[in-house]
Amino acid sequence: MKYVSLVTAGFMTVAAPLAAQTDIEFWHAMGGRLGEVTEEIAARYNASQSEYNLIPTYKGGYEDTMTAGIAAFRAGQQPNLIQIFDAGAATIINAPGATIPVADLMAEHAGGFNSEDYIEGVRYFYADSDDKMIGMPFNSSTPLLYYNKDIFAEVGVDGPPATWEEFEEMAPKFADAGYQALAQSHSPWIFAENFHSRHNIQMATANNGYDSTDVEILYNNDALKMHWTKVKEWLDNGWYGFYGRAWGDNQDAFVQKKTAMWLGSSGSFGGLAASTDFAFGASYLPYWKSLTDEPYGTFIGGAALFAMSGKDEEENKGVADFLSFLASPEIQYFWHKETGYVPITNAAYELAKADGYYETTPDAEIGIIQLTQPGGEWTKGYRLGFYVQIREVMYSQVDNIFSGEATVDEAFATIEEEANALLDRFDATMN
Amino acid sequence: MKRVQFEHSPIPYLFIAPQIIIIVIFFLWPAAQAIYQSFLLEDAFGLSSQFVWFRNYTDTIFSDAWLQAAGFTLVFSALVTFLSLALALLLAVKANEVIQGASTYKTLLMWAYAIAPPVAGLMGNLMFNPLIGDLYAFMNTIGFDFDHKLDSVDAGFVVVLISVWKQVSVNFIFFLSGLQGIPKSVTEAATMDCKSSFRRFWTITFPLLAPTTFFLMVINITYAFFETFGIIDTTTQGAPGGATNTLVYKVFQDGFRGADIGGSSAQSVVLMVMVLALTVIQFRFIEKKVHY
Repeated sequence: MKYVSLVTAGFMTVAAPLAAQTDIEFWHAMGGRLGEVTEEIAARYNASQSEYNLIPTYKGGYEDTMTAGIAAFRAGQQPNLIQIFDAGAATIINAPGATIPVADLMAEHAGGFNSEDYIEGVRYFYADSDDKMIGMPFNSSTPLLYYNKDIFAEVGVDGPPATWEEFEEMAPKFADAGYQALAQSHSPWIFAENFHSRHNIQMATANNGYDSTDVEILYNNDALKMHWTKVKEWLDNGWYGFYGRAWGDNQDAFVQKKTAMWLGSSGSFGGLAASTDFAFGASYLPYWKSLTDEPYGTFIGGAALFAMSGKDEEENKGVADFLSFLASPEIQYFWHKETGYVPITNAAYELAKADGYYETTPDAEIGIIQLTQPGGEWTKGYRLGFYVQIREVMYSQVDNIFSGEATVDEAFATIEEEANALLDRFDATMN
Repeated sequence: MKRVQFEHSPIPYLFIAPQIIIIVIFFLWPAAQAIYQSFLLEDAFGLSSQFVWFRNYTDTIFSDAWLQAAGFTLVFSALVTFLSLALALLLAVKANEVIQGASTYKTLLMWAYAIAPPVAGLMGNLMFNPLIGDLYAFMNTIGFDFDHKLDSVDAGFVVVLISVWKQVSVNFIFFLSGLQGIPKSVTEAATMDCKSSFRRFWTITFPLLAPTTFFLMVINITYAFFETFGIIDTTTQGAPGGATNTLVYKVFQDGFRGADIGGSSAQSVVLMVMVLALTVIQFRFIEKKVHY
């Protein structure tokens, strides 16, 4: 009898912590170095407490992860937490009851939630029309201008352009020295979505799509068409390099010194630092002085974490607990430093400042400053259904502008028509 | 009149059961699902669903993007099928005549067979990379203003080239074995009757290869329609301006990237019908000309 109880006691001590642990499934789209940092955060979380066991799983790129989540949800096998990217936000947020809003989840299980704790630029993008946060911003980036300091010194240009007017003045100097002035890696994101935010121009009806799915796109506007007319001119002048739609091919053109400047993501910083053999700097996304005297803040890119519905209370509690851990200043600062993504809370930003991080690496702060630049009526974000397909339409019409197969007017008329047909279809799926 | 009934045991059914079960689970059931889904308009998560008759069909098939993809798919499939068969036949005939080091030639021509389409696509993409690609540099050096990132003909050339390259070795293997199956006595008799090897080929060898050619044609059309997906995905992804988008790739883009399940199901059903029609045409009209 004594032995039996000893054996049982032995089992208890071993088994108890395991049995009491609740597994939390977390599907993400962070590969490579970003994936390693994500795994590291999960490991730290698991070490920090004993109640929950977070299981991070890499599911491929953004679209793959979303598709996997959708398929799993339809089969009743959804994870607790899933990372969904900006263009997919409308798909998951508009699906009635697919997720539990993080604001509600945190208020119920993590002792309150205050969206004011989050920095201005990330507060609204994944929120509903009443500013209630549905998804927790995770990897938040913003478009930045990177420039090759060596080439700038060689051709005698002092610093990066703040406006596109300045860019047009300096571009011939690069061309004379045998360089293209600029390349860019994501035309829908940088030269359409953020173009509207930067100049505080409305992107879609119904409050950029936040108020309703019955929405029309406003891309066929004079400001955007003016911009693209210019970009086509730059291309024809040899000021602008187009290396296809793949992100990396355009970044490589910058790394291989074909272009003096490159528009990429604030999250590209680490990758550039590792691959370039020249001094480079980061600067703000230029704007048109002719459209606005002062620039407005940009949208965040990247992705957010969504708590999927249909899970039991204990697991939801674990999700809330992990999200609080993730939003803590120390973890955010760690994430910011390791990846270049911006810290999402004011407290984390303050911590990075207090730690002197921006004194040693001032370029790391550019993204967060740009995100916190004055917000206007149209800088909160956008919520458009089937936006992945709309971006596809954008990509293909941009090709047509560049190849001369369509004029800027024709291309944007097509974009408007096809995007509205898609939005109409999306709206119909919601009834 | 009473019909004659034969008694037979259920054992044959048991033997074919595994095959039937596989067909039902992996082919019939998904096909039925696709047809069912193609009449529904649903949000991606399947939380709200409505029956919309043919809206998914009209929305997708009458769109410019779909028509463009359909046009490209037909041209692309015709080119890939014809070129990969023609090249493989030429190589097989020549390799069959080689006496010195025949097996080296054959092995070298065959080994691309082991390469999967996405891998072929990745390699091709690297060779046509504007910054480091040798073939890209070569095309521009010999005087073409080659830019597959913006020129739709150039982009088409890239995907056709890679698809043909990948498929030639498969066809080569079949043609070679077909050629070796032609009795020596026939070719020797022909050699006595006719001096021109060109004429001998078209009057004797080619007709005798007809069953192989027909089989390969069916295989190659299917390859060009479906399997080149991996090549498109790793090279152009349909660019520029949707000029190299194939129907299968568009199903993937809309369904797996864009979460439009109804629309992509409708496209798959149309594709299924197209391939069915093509197969019927092949077997009813072309096969009649084949002598086994």
